[in-house]
Amino acid sequence: MSSLQFDIAHLLAGSLVLASFMMLYQDRLYSLLNVYALHAGVLALSVAWQAYVQHAPHLYVTAVIALVFKAIIIPVALHRIIKQLGIHREIENVIGIGLTMMAGIGLVALSMVVMLRVTPGADALAREDLAFALSVVLLGLLIMVTRRNAVSQVVGFMSLENGLVLAATGAKGMPLVVEISVAFSVLIAFIVIGIFLFRIRERFDSVDVQALDRFRGERR
Amino acid sequence: MNALRDLLSQGAQMLLVLALAPLLTGFVRKVKARLLRRRGPPLLQPYRDLVRLMRKDVVLADNASWLFRVIPYLMFAGTWVAASLVPTFGNGLLFSWTADLIAIIALLGSARFFQALAGMDVGTAFGGIGSSREVMIATLAEPAILMTVFAVAMIAGSTQLSTVAEFMGSNAVGLRVSLGMALVALIIVALAENARIPVDNPATHLELTMVHEAMVLEYSGRHLALIDLSSQLKLLLYVSLIACVFVPWGTAEADAGFSARASGALFYLGKLAIFGFLLALFETSIAKMRVFRIPEFLGAALMLALLATLLRFVSGSL
Repeated sequence: MSSLQFDIAHLLAGSLVLASFMMLYQDRLYSLLNVYALHAGVLALSVAWQAYVQHAPHLYVTAVIALVFKAIIIPVALHRIIKQLGIHREIENVIGIGLTMMAGIGLVALSMVVMLRVTPGADALAREDLAFALSVVLLGLLIMVTRRNAVSQVVGFMSLENGLVLAATGAKGMPLVVEISVAFSVLIAFIVIGIFLFRIRERFDSVDVQALDRFRGERR
Repeated sequence: MNALRDLLSQGAQMLLVLALAPLLTGFVRKVKARLLRRRGPPLLQPYRDLVRLMRKDVVLADNASWLFRVIPYLMFAGTWVAASLVPTFGNGLLFSWTADLIAIIALLGSARFFQALAGMDVGTAFGGIGSSREVMIATLAEPAILMTVFAVAMIAGSTQLSTVAEFMGSNAVGLRVSLGMALVALIIVALAENARIPVDNPATHLELTMVHEAMVLEYSGRHLALIDLSSQLKLLLYVSLIACVFVPWGTAEADAGFSARASGALFYLGKLAIFGFLLALFETSIAKMRVFRIPEFLGAALMLALLATLLRFVSGSL
């Protein structure tokens, strides 16, 4: 493989990590959704580049799925949900943005140390992809942990799933059936979460999940 | 003969940065004014201001210590040395073995340290608040620029600016995501360090937000002229740092003759003009931040620089 091909794959995967950090940095719901759409778009580009590099035409299907579902349909649907819930401005962070960023950097460093240790035998492209994919997954988890708003937790979950897709395309030989089923299961999960959002909202008049803690009598 | 030529070349560079620094500031002001559909001061106004300040008497506060009088010279010397170490029209100048990025940052850091001391020396409330804000910005900007330097140095294999610039001009660089992030981080740090608009606006004296102006409020006469000149030199330094690391094309080689150096100087002027225009465009299109937003802005630079180093670490160890 030529070094230019590797450099472009590195660039796209690195931009995916950067987009995760941008999501971590946002403090408005709409801009969070826009960055999520960007995240999915970068993922689609990255997958398409992997398909070209690995000569694996079925990965193009994955790229198209990522582009259509994750970059267009889900952000538009979430936009509509936010509008219906009337919560278009606020995101309550559990801890400050600076601390969150530091934690995110720590997670990226951790995933790189782990992945480069455990995969010395694999080829360079797969190793690098796996390291970035693990950091995208961990950053998605961090988004879910540090946000109180249920909608932004959903966005964190979706970005976590983008990391899984990146890992799957980097490690060669994941069958198309599995990828399609994963994509659809995430779509189903999204629908279920959307229904739950409205249920939470009806029950508590808010999508702040701290209300759940209070309801169970765990806090205050 | 060669030693004489090198000496002349280095001397020309020292004079060039000193002569161009007010012009760059004047150019940015002019472009900003034109973008706001005002006429703006003439291009040479910063020179006139400096000359006028030089002629005026110095008014010192009663309780100003000797430090207060020495600091303008210290700041000016540190910044001038740092600015003349950055390659402008040619690589491999006489002092290029000292043109280490970390040394340049250390020179700027000591200049900033003395400036913060001067702000607190007279004991006015404004000076103290300006110093405290400046140091708050510095605590985030310095690690960010150090991480940027590490990211660039890991790619180029050296922290010496001439070597870095030669490597960046060669074909060995390739497409690097770390370099892009390092560039953005360096631009953010440059905006913060030079008190440009999203962080600070030295054109106003608004006590809610002023940083740089609050520190130098007590200075007058030739001291103020030196401080102004050193802040102009600092802007020129950052612009030529970005130009020499990220767009090194057109710079003369280490052993090039006079004509190559002259064309390098022309290229350098062009780069300054482009960067000055872009800076003015950016400053007119963005609003000033609140002081408490600045740590987040600089935190983004720090994060980008850290991420650039980490990514470089990954692709380097493969």
